[in-house]
Amino acid sequence: MSDDANAFQTALALILGRDPDLVGIVVLSLQISLTAVLIAALIGLPLGAALALWRFPGHSVIVVALNALMGLPPVVAGLSVYLLLSRAGPLGELGMLFTPGAMVIAQIILVLPIIAALARQQVEELFQEYREQLTSLGLSRLRMIPTLLWDARLGLVTVVLAGFGRASAEVGAVMIVGGNIDGVTRVMTTAIVLETSKGNLPLALGLGLVLLSLVALVNAAAYLMSETARRRLG
Amino acid sequence: MNDMTTLPVTDAPPLEMQGVTFIHRGQRLLEPLDLHLTGCRRTLVMGPNGAGKSLLMRLAHGLLTPSAGRVHWEGRPPRQAMVFQRPVLLRRSALANLAYALAVNGTPRRDRKPRARQALERFGLAALEKRPARVLSGGEQQRLALARAWLLDPEVLFLDEPTSALDPAAIKAVEDAVQEFHNRGTRIVMSSHDLHQARRLADDVLFLCRGRLIEHTPTETFFTAPASSQARAFIRGDLVL
Amino acid sequence: MQNKARIALTAVSLLGLSMAAQAQDGERYITLASTTSTENSGLFDAIIPQFTETTGIDVRVVAVGTGQAFEIARRGDADSLLVHDTAGEERFVEEGYGTERADVMYNDFVLIGPGGDPAGIADAETVAEALSLIAEAEAPFASRGDDSGTNRAELRLWDSAGVEPGGEWYRELGSGMGPTLNTAAGMDAYVMSDRATWVAFDNPQDLALLFEGDDALFNQYGSLLISQERFPHLKHDLAEQWHNWLLSDEGQQAIADFEVKGQQLFFPNATQ
Repeated sequence: MSDDANAFQTALALILGRDPDLVGIVVLSLQISLTAVLIAALIGLPLGAALALWRFPGHSVIVVALNALMGLPPVVAGLSVYLLLSRAGPLGELGMLFTPGAMVIAQIILVLPIIAALARQQVEELFQEYREQLTSLGLSRLRMIPTLLWDARLGLVTVVLAGFGRASAEVGAVMIVGGNIDGVTRVMTTAIVLETSKGNLPLALGLGLVLLSLVALVNAAAYLMSETARRRLG
Repeated sequence: MNDMTTLPVTDAPPLEMQGVTFIHRGQRLLEPLDLHLTGCRRTLVMGPNGAGKSLLMRLAHGLLTPSAGRVHWEGRPPRQAMVFQRPVLLRRSALANLAYALAVNGTPRRDRKPRARQALERFGLAALEKRPARVLSGGEQQRLALARAWLLDPEVLFLDEPTSALDPAAIKAVEDAVQEFHNRGTRIVMSSHDLHQARRLADDVLFLCRGRLIEHTPTETFFTAPASSQARAFIRGDLVL
Repeated sequence: MQNKARIALTAVSLLGLSMAAQAQDGERYITLASTTSTENSGLFDAIIPQFTETTGIDVRVVAVGTGQAFEIARRGDADSLLVHDTAGEERFVEEGYGTERADVMYNDFVLIGPGGDPAGIADAETVAEALSLIAEAEAPFASRGDDSGTNRAELRLWDSAGVEPGGEWYRELGSGMGPTLNTAAGMDAYVMSDRATWVAFDNPQDLALLFEGDDALFNQYGSLLISQERFPHLKHDLAEQWHNWLLSDEGQQAIADFEVKGQQLFFPNATQ
């Protein structure tokens, strides 16, 4: 039997068997990535909107920096957080290294630039359209932010999904700051790396398929939601 | 046609524009312009495309800042609203669009929906209250934009070519609405390039051509005795260059 | 909109709480920095539950290369160390990071290569001879190249063979043992592995064990206690219990009992 078919069967068996270890890994993966994306969205969406609405000295520097950070290698993000949270680092007192919290922080660093930069583009487009009307209604720029974010929500769902994609797919950062500790910080991607290094390729691929299905599931749900809304709202 | 004595009264302060100029990327889009608008008059801003009608409206409404000169309300700035050529409606229901405008101007939450419903009814949109605003027809959208302006109870209402993309029935609805605003005592400043619309609606005509204010006269004078060759050509239906 | 923000905030705090709870429920645990060979072979899965049952202490293993394991410990991020680089371990104690080092167990390194054995190392008398044959044939050799215990041992062996490895045939991968074996399998290269990782490895393709048994291939694992003076925040009491358990009869027996595919992979040799 070819490895690929084997991997597919392994994936199916993993899903159908509901192996408690796997369930734990899946739940932890989702908890970490969703928390990171949620926090990154709460910061990144208003930040992106602010960058779309205001021009100030250093504005273009921030925009270019955000765009560049979208390509930040996860390992670099992980290493920075590692040095920050290590006992020998400035935040060592917190004792957060090798915990899920550290993984959330690393993923926020990876996801925040994506959400902020893409949100800025979306909001800027809408701002062009709404600007005169909202000004005419007497809104200050600050008060425009929630309106623009809410009206751009359909596009912003995609933005947040892009962030979730990056968070759930990356391995370099969570490996370094989480340590891939069995039952504590082992997530889908680090488990895949571990199984690969054991030479257990079918299991590694099987886990990969499980991860892919999960991400697909989240995306499908968001897509359906926003399509329905799009049809309804025009 | 319209005598001063028949006009409703208003407290709206006069608008004074002095030497107002607008330059964009080195191009003078509006030559120094002086203008005085008072009372509860319906002023139609006319002129060929590119004459600077929209620009004048935006400067007067405060959406743009003049490059030189000043825009000044004598006394206090009035409550104003503006209706655009292509209505800008938010991605929510017709009712929510109106409630939003009320929220912005500080109406208490419990009053918003009842007042929004009244406005929808007044503009013949009651059946559409739950429909998303952006899937309404062009005419319905423009009526919704007028209903929104209505709720703001403006003393001065600017309308920028509000009927240029509409069919006759929808145009009629907009003109009726403008009449209602007028009856309520709102000063109207509306741009248009439809001469018949000016005949139907206007007390005064502002005639602009290539960024220059050429005439500001009562409607009747404008049509019977235009002072400029450009206005005469415009009324005849010639292309004004 | 406000409602949604509230829901989002609630969700965040719930997620945060649940993770904080996870961090809390194993209050009695230590973080052990160790090597990939011990983790990948499944040794820890076999012995840690026994330790936990006896003491109620959980051991959280961060499995990295020996070089990185030392670095983690030097920064004060691990309560305990279990690695296989005796010289490095002694230096760690000398530098004052560790207070005690003890032999725990050993296994051995083996030379793996393509089944056809193009360099003919299977008949070599010593590991030095085997390595010289590979260098002479310029047969592809995959090195960890990651400053791990295995990598350090490999470099010492080249040195004793009088070969300075380099050139087209010598490939430094900068990877862990498993990935290095995967790569070696893909390019039909020779590779040095610890026996445990090799036996537990599931993707050998054409690779086979070609040379073993030289005393020079001895691979000693040591457990270290970390300086309380230098790192007062660490869980020294718990770490000492783990250290002592590894050296105890019970711990030594647990190591001896661990088998993969019917083979014992680690041989306890603590001196008491």
